[in-house]
Amino acid sequence: MCRAAAPAGMRHRHRTRVGPCAVIRRRTSPRTSARQERSRTARARASPRVPVILETDTETALRSDDRRGPRHYRRRVTVIATESLSKRYPRVTALDRLSVDIGPGVTGLVGANGAGKSTLIKILLGLSPATEGRAEVLGHDVATEGAAVRERVGYMPEHDCLPPDVSATEFVVHMARMSGLPPAAARERTADTLRHVGLYEERYRPIGGYSTGMKQRVKLAQALVHDPQLVFLDEPTNGLDPVGRDEMLGLIRRVHRDFGISVLVTSHLLGELERTCDHVVVIDGGRLLRSSSTTDFTRTTTTLAIEVTDSDEHPDGTRAVREALRARGVPTEDGTGLPGAGHVLLLTAEGEETYDLVRDVIADLGLGLVRMEQRRHRISEVFRDGDQTHGEHGGELDGQHKEAVGHGG
Amino acid sequence: MAVEQPPAGEQTRIHNIGYRSYDGPRLGRAYARRSLYSQSLRGAWGLGRSAKSKVLPMLLLVVMCVPAAIMVAVTVATKAKDLPVDYTRYAIIMQAVISLYIASQAPQAVSRDLRFKTVPLYFSRPIETADYVRAKYAALSSALFILTAAPLLVLYIGALLAKLDFADQTKGFAEGLVSVALLSLLFAGIGLVIAAVTPRRGFGIAAVIAVLVISYGAVSTLQAIADAQGTTGAIPWIGLFSPITLIDGVQSAFLGATSAAPGGIAPGTAAGIVHVLVVVGLVAAAYGLLLRRYRKVGL
Repeated sequence: MCRAAAPAGMRHRHRTRVGPCAVIRRRTSPRTSARQERSRTARARASPRVPVILETDTETALRSDDRRGPRHYRRRVTVIATESLSKRYPRVTALDRLSVDIGPGVTGLVGANGAGKSTLIKILLGLSPATEGRAEVLGHDVATEGAAVRERVGYMPEHDCLPPDVSATEFVVHMARMSGLPPAAARERTADTLRHVGLYEERYRPIGGYSTGMKQRVKLAQALVHDPQLVFLDEPTNGLDPVGRDEMLGLIRRVHRDFGISVLVTSHLLGELERTCDHVVVIDGGRLLRSSSTTDFTRTTTTLAIEVTDSDEHPDGTRAVREALRARGVPTEDGTGLPGAGHVLLLTAEGEETYDLVRDVIADLGLGLVRMEQRRHRISEVFRDGDQTHGEHGGELDGQHKEAVGHGG
Repeated sequence: MAVEQPPAGEQTRIHNIGYRSYDGPRLGRAYARRSLYSQSLRGAWGLGRSAKSKVLPMLLLVVMCVPAAIMVAVTVATKAKDLPVDYTRYAIIMQAVISLYIASQAPQAVSRDLRFKTVPLYFSRPIETADYVRAKYAALSSALFILTAAPLLVLYIGALLAKLDFADQTKGFAEGLVSVALLSLLFAGIGLVIAAVTPRRGFGIAAVIAVLVISYGAVSTLQAIADAQGTTGAIPWIGLFSPITLIDGVQSAFLGATSAAPGGIAPGTAAGIVHVLVVVGLVAAAYGLLLRRYRKVGL
């Protein structure tokens, strides 16, 4: 349901939306309109005495939500639209006639330091007037309806922004209230959000004692606590070690997939965003270099990596699968040079049917499937191929991904 | 809590509560401003902060109130006809405590946000610069009003217990409240403007104390010289240049106070009006400067 269109009468309670299978509703107001009453009779009601165990397993959440589309924008196509947006300072041009339309989903905004990423976010938050051109966020003009925009978006700054002497809970509750959430809802959403970003017992301790990874999580939580429709994440992986980086990227992915919140995430590392984003906008010197969907250039030839177990019947399970697949007309490659080489099979997935085929072949052989994962092209390669003049962007990232993918052919 | 009806006989179900979206009310700017106000006001008294940060404000409040309690005890014990000190005079006597309080709490209110760069988080939410400034200003003024009005309340209750003249005491109490309200606004404005310049808390504290102490020292010295030389007409005008003598001038001109200036010279009506105008001007200037400062801070 589009929240903006929610009838006023429905606003005095939370709706707790769960996966496709369970709906838990909590009323915060004793007043219930007839309309709600009617809508609720459609659902069977359980006795309040039925014990309810709230399971918070994120894996389950991922599975159950996979098929759910983005919550807010099933009908709306554009989340951010800019039209020859420019920002000039006396000496520098931060943005130069930038026109870009960004749809729902996770969008990466890539550019070197000083490319204009943060300036763009400032303008989109309605905090800094553009020199010329216009921008709309969620259908609101940022120049005239800044407050309306800021009520619906979350912002995670690049720099440190946390006072060290308060606990994460206190801080996030305060920020929730600053977004207009009533005290009780602010506390409830804070507990929820901190749990979702992976902060548990430590949330009662002063932030000063947190690790960088935990601080980043608090920063993310304060951007999400008011359940925005869109979040701006400015360099969220800055200062994180590789593991923390991966966790943060996974979290960003979940923000869209599970929470239904669109994301605009900036980074100066292109490779980092390719696993995370649906769409990548590359800017350089305030100009739009490229705006394209990551799937556009990575989906056409998806490389599948498979790893299977051995069994008594097939002491070398990998070979058995390879032969069985070849018999079905699917060529495979062993992932030479990849971790686990010799046990990994690479093949090109043409579509859904390839997955089914692999599953059937392995099941027929009576083997166990250890893993089957997509290995997409790296965007850097795509940019290098498609955009020779800006090869340096690709080059910058090559070092990070030595895992050269030889996709089946 | 209503859940989907479990199948008969199955009383326990596991629900994945996943992510819950929020469709409740969003109370907007005014509410956010109020929230910031109450958070800052509590912060000015160390509430919602560490135990350590409660010590100083609470200690200063006790120091403010103890002399009042002693005066009340003396008045009751000696069955005196009047309180030993006027309501309006009390804040002037205790100005050192007030200065200490404002010097410690003004940086707490604004420098912290600047230092830890929390300000951009506020401005990425519906509130505007003006809301932030108003909330902070109002919060610190309120905190200061609590500090200065509490001992007056002690005096007033004591005076009533001592069965002093009700009408007379109530009038004095009311005049005292107006005076400390003005004082709170003025001091909070000065303290905030100074503290908002620097993200360093220590600098803020030192600067606020310096401004209050040096201006008072200079003004009272000049007034003493003027008194000694017999140019008593200049005394009220010199008083314009330090916050506490300014308040003293306003209340001795219009709130029935006896001036604390050397020679006890109260400003006349004209000088009194100038005093009031200067107070109003300073408060407005403080507000304007804060607005300008936070326009720049932005993100």
